[in-house]
Amino acid sequence: MSVANISGKQVLLQGNEAVVEGALAAGCTFFAGYPITPATEISEVMSVKLPAMGGTFIQMEDEIASMGAIIGASLAGAKSMTATSGPGFSLMQENLGFACVAEVPCVVVNVMRGGPSTGLPTNVAQGDVMQARWGTHGDHPIIVLAVSSTKDCFDITVKAFNLAEKYRTPVIILSDEVVAHTREKIRIPHPEEIEVVDRIRPNMPPEWYIPYEDNSRGVPPMGIFGDGYRYHVTGLIHDVRGFPTQRADEIVPFLTRIHRKISQNFFDILMVETELDEDAEILVIAYGSVARSARRAVREARKRGVRAGLVQLITLWPFPRQILEPYLKRVKAVLVPELNMGQVSREVKRINQGMTRVETLNRIDGNLITPEEILTRLLKI
Amino acid sequence: MNVRHSMAEVTKLIHKYLRHDKKFPHVWCPGCGNGILLGALIRAIDRTGYEKDDIVLVSGIGCAGRLPVYVDFNTLHTTHGRALTFATGVKLANPRLQVIVIMGDGDATAIGGNHFIHAARRNLNLTAIIVNNNIYGMTGGQYSPTTPYGALATTAVYRHIEQSFSIAELAVTAGASMVARGTVYHATMLDRLIEQAIRKRGFSVVEVISHCHTQYGRRNKLGGAVDMLRWQKENAVRVEKAAKMSEEELAGKFTIGVLVDRDLPIYTEEYRKIREAARSRMAAVK
Ligand code: SF4
Repeated sequence: MSVANISGKQVLLQGNEAVVEGALAAGCTFFAGYPITPATEISEVMSVKLPAMGGTFIQMEDEIASMGAIIGASLAGAKSMTATSGPGFSLMQENLGFACVAEVPCVVVNVMRGGPSTGLPTNVAQGDVMQARWGTHGDHPIIVLAVSSTKDCFDITVKAFNLAEKYRTPVIILSDEVVAHTREKIRIPHPEEIEVVDRIRPNMPPEWYIPYEDNSRGVPPMGIFGDGYRYHVTGLIHDVRGFPTQRADEIVPFLTRIHRKISQNFFDILMVETELDEDAEILVIAYGSVARSARRAVREARKRGVRAGLVQLITLWPFPRQILEPYLKRVKAVLVPELNMGQVSREVKRINQGMTRVETLNRIDGNLITPEEILTRLLKI
Repeated sequence: MNVRHSMAEVTKLIHKYLRHDKKFPHVWCPGCGNGILLGALIRAIDRTGYEKDDIVLVSGIGCAGRLPVYVDFNTLHTTHGRALTFATGVKLANPRLQVIVIMGDGDATAIGGNHFIHAARRNLNLTAIIVNNNIYGMTGGQYSPTTPYGALATTAVYRHIEQSFSIAELAVTAGASMVARGTVYHATMLDRLIEQAIRKRGFSVVEVISHCHTQYGRRNKLGGAVDMLRWQKENAVRVEKAAKMSEEELAGKFTIGVLVDRDLPIYTEEYRKIREAARSRMAAVK
C-alpha cells in the first residue's frame, strides 16, 4: 500500500481507498474502527496514512467503542471518522444518538452488505437505508449520503465532512460492497481545488459563551476541550448552557432547533445527479451501485425510443422530497430499483400521494441489479 | 502526610471549582458517598496544580456519572458504560489534556466491562475512578457485578447467586499502570490516592468503596449512611498491613491503598514513534 502523496494524480483506486483519500483531503485527523467486511480496507489504509500525516488511527475493541472514540476526538478538536458494515453500524447506534443530541460533528461510513445479522458478509445489498435514518433512538434529524462510484467516494466523503462541520451533526455515508471493491481510475484533486469547511468556533470572551444558544443558522459555535471555553457536554436533553433540563420551555426549543438546523438548509444538503431527465416520461430513481446500472439502462432505453431518465439520489436523508415532487407530477411512471425489499421506493410512494405510478425492482440475493434487468422493465412500462 | 483543610480553604475551593449557578441542589441522596468523592477529587486536582482548561472530566451514566455537571472543567457526560471510549478519543486527539473518568461499578464493569479491560491493557495516560457501591442506585437497586453473593436487590429478591468482581484486582490483571483502592470513609487518604493516580503516567485506576444506603443499605438492613461508613472503617485493611496478615484474619475484609504501581509503555508516546516510522516511509516513497 503506497503512502505517497497522490494529489493531482490519476490513480487506480477502489471505493474504500477513495473514501480514505476524501477524508484526508477534508482534514480528517482521527479514525477509530473495528474490522468488518467489506469495510476493512478503510481501516487498513487509514492505519498507514493517518500517522504519516500526523493524525491518529486506533483499532478499538468494538464498534461501540469506535463511535465513542470519534465523538471524544471531535470534542477535542479533531475531524473524525469511523467505518463499518451493517452489524457494526447497529452497535454504533447508541452513540450516534449521543452525537446528534450533543451536536458533535463526525462521519460514519457504512459499507452495506447483505443482512440481517451476519447475513451475506461478502455480498452487496442496500438494506440499511432505514437503519441509517431511524437506527438510533428518539426524534432527531440526520444526514445520510449514498455513494455510487470511486469518484463519489472521494467527493462525497469531502462533502460529508463539510456538512458535519457546518451543521454540527454526524453524517452517515452509505456505501456498498460493489462500490467499495470496484477499482476505477480517478484524479485526486490538488488541495487548492477542494472546498473544505471547518466548524465555527466561538470568538467571544469565554464567560460570554453560551454553548447551545440558538442563532439564525440554528448552529451554535463549537468550543473544543482545552481551548478555554469550558462547558458541559451531555446526552441528556440540555438547556442552552449544556446542563440537563426537564423544563418544557427548554426541551422544546432545543429539539426544535436541532431539527430546524437541517430543515432550513434542505437545499444546501440535498444532492442529486440527473441524466436525460428533462423530457423523461419514465423516471428511474436509484442510488449507490444500482445507480450505475440504472444510468446504463436509461441510455440504452433512449436508443430504443423509450424516453427514460435518471435521478440518482446522493442525499438519502433528509429525503429529497422537494427535488422529486416536480418529477412525480410530470412523469408517466417511476421505477425504483434497489437491493432490498423496498426501502427508498417506500419513501417515494409516501411522497408520491397518487401523482404517478411507482414501480419497484428489488433484488435480495446478494447480487447487483444489472443494466439489462432495469432495461427490460423500462421497455415493459 | 495528612492534609487538613481550614474552612477558608474549603470555601476557596468551592468558589474555584464548583458551578454554583443553577447546578445545585445536586441529585444525590443526603448522606451519599458521592459528595465525599467530589470533595476528594477537587482537592486532589487542586494539589496537582492543573489549570481548569487542562482537565477533562468524563463520566458514564448513573449516580456517580452526574458528578461532572457540578464542576467547572471541560465536562463530558457520555452514554452508559462508554465513558472510557469517549475519553480515549479525547486523549488521542489532544494528549495535552488531563483526562479523568468517573464511573460507577455497573457502568464500568457490566456494560462497560469490555472497554474497561481494554483501556487498562492499552495504557493511555488516563485516570479512571470507579465508585463501587455494590448496586445500581439511580435505576432503583438492581444487582450489579459487585453485588455480594447472597445479598438482596430489586432483581434479586430471593438473594443474589452470582459471585462478584473485585474491580481493583481486575484492573491489575488487565494491565493498568497504577491501581489503588480507597473508601469514602478514609477521605484524606482518598485525596492522596486520586492525586497519585492523576500524576501517574499511564492508565491509573482508583476503586472507591462507597455506600448506597438508600438502595443497597436499606434493602440489606445495613443501617444508614453512618453505619455503612463505619463498616468501611472496620473492614478496610491497608495493603501494607494486609501483607502481614493470614487469610483467616483477612476473611471478609478488603484492602485499601496502592495495589500496583508500575511503568509500562504509554500509548501516546508509542504512537509518536509510529508517526515517525510512517513519515520516514512516506519520505522514502517520494
Ligand atoms: S441512590 Fe445510592 S448511590 Fe445514588 S445518590 Fe442515592 S445513596 Fe448515592
